Amino acid sequence: MRPESASLGFLHPFPLPLMCLACPCSRTVPAAMAPVPPAAPDRQLLRLGQDLLHRNDALAVANRNRFDQAGVRVVNLLSAPGSGKTALLEHLGGLTAGPMAVIVGDLATDNDARRLRAAGLAAVQITTGQACHLEAAMVARAVDQLEHSGVPLSSLRLLVIENVGNLVCPAAYDLGEHLRLVLLAVTEGEDKPLKYPALFHSADLVVISKLDLAAAAPFDLALARRAIERVAPRARILAVSSRRGTGLTTLAAALVA
Amino acid sequence: MHELSLMVALREQVLAAAAARGARAVTAIHLRIGRLAGVEPEALQFAAALVLAGSLAAGAALVIDSVEARCQCRPCAASFEVLDGMCVCPRCGAISRQLLCGRELALAALELEGLAPDPPRLASGSSA
Repeated sequence: MRPESASLGFLHPFPLPLMCLACPCSRTVPAAMAPVPPAAPDRQLLRLGQDLLHRNDALAVANRNRFDQAGVRVVNLLSAPGSGKTALLEHLGGLTAGPMAVIVGDLATDNDARRLRAAGLAAVQITTGQACHLEAAMVARAVDQLEHSGVPLSSLRLLVIENVGNLVCPAAYDLGEHLRLVLLAVTEGEDKPLKYPALFHSADLVVISKLDLAAAAPFDLALARRAIERVAPRARILAVSSRRGTGLTTLAAALVA
Repeated sequence: MHELSLMVALREQVLAAAAARGARAVTAIHLRIGRLAGVEPEALQFAAALVLAGSLAAGAALVIDSVEARCQCRPCAASFEVLDGMCVCPRCGAISRQLLCGRELALAALELEGLAPDPPRLASGSSA
């Protein structure tokens, strides 16, 4: 599709709000109030309407095709740091219907990959340096690494991508997953979903973790469910304790369903 | 601070579009950002200035059109604005599972300057 373009004349053609040009305040002002920039014959408005993340999205589609061809189910696991992502995976390993591997992202260290390997799982660590989220290209490289290490995708039933602990940035990045799981620990409070709605809105499944600490926190499960339903209306809600094994069989089944 | 990585993606698209048109400079970049996109406009402004420095889009105004988030309420057969990410219909209290808009992250338009004049068009099939 060819982008439509129009010359800038005396009448400003933008339907969009415009930056305040009168002072350096950087505020946007309604189009009607915006000063009209001087007409210049060599100026042009080029309408594009393209997605900022179109490159990532295309790579995510390629990842998803690759996963589908290998017959592996892929989960993008998201939460704040310390919600129990790695502990959950350590305990989930033996319960899934087939072999499971993990790609784990952190800013630094390969501690999580070591923990997962010690629990008997194939694991690849992505260290992102300063990046606050994983992108589809990083996942593609990690999958290559996994396959080169002798774990072909087709040998797996489940691949979990443990994202960087962050409740804001990873929301916008499709990695090619089939299911997006957001973890909420009871120690984070019932209203955490209301504070971070953008990430929760993208969830297919919300799992409340550290259920064994609910009484100590304290944590009202019904209140948390109501908060999650408001900002993650499409999501199924489950509750688990990794340490005690509560709810893990149900979760393991839900991940490959 | 994924705004920086978004702006790196933006830089690539802006410079490619400007180069394709033979523009001398990009004076403004118009974005459409949904309120549920998880992006902070101020951080975008900051990151854009950094990543565009030294390019032909250096100093371009970043104009952000904030798109409100809206859900469709099935019982009311009407849409409502999603405030603070809450998908609860203000009329009937039903929870909506259908988000109509609000997750946009799009490059809407560019203002370009110093365009090369269009090359003269040659009529095809006639040599008159």
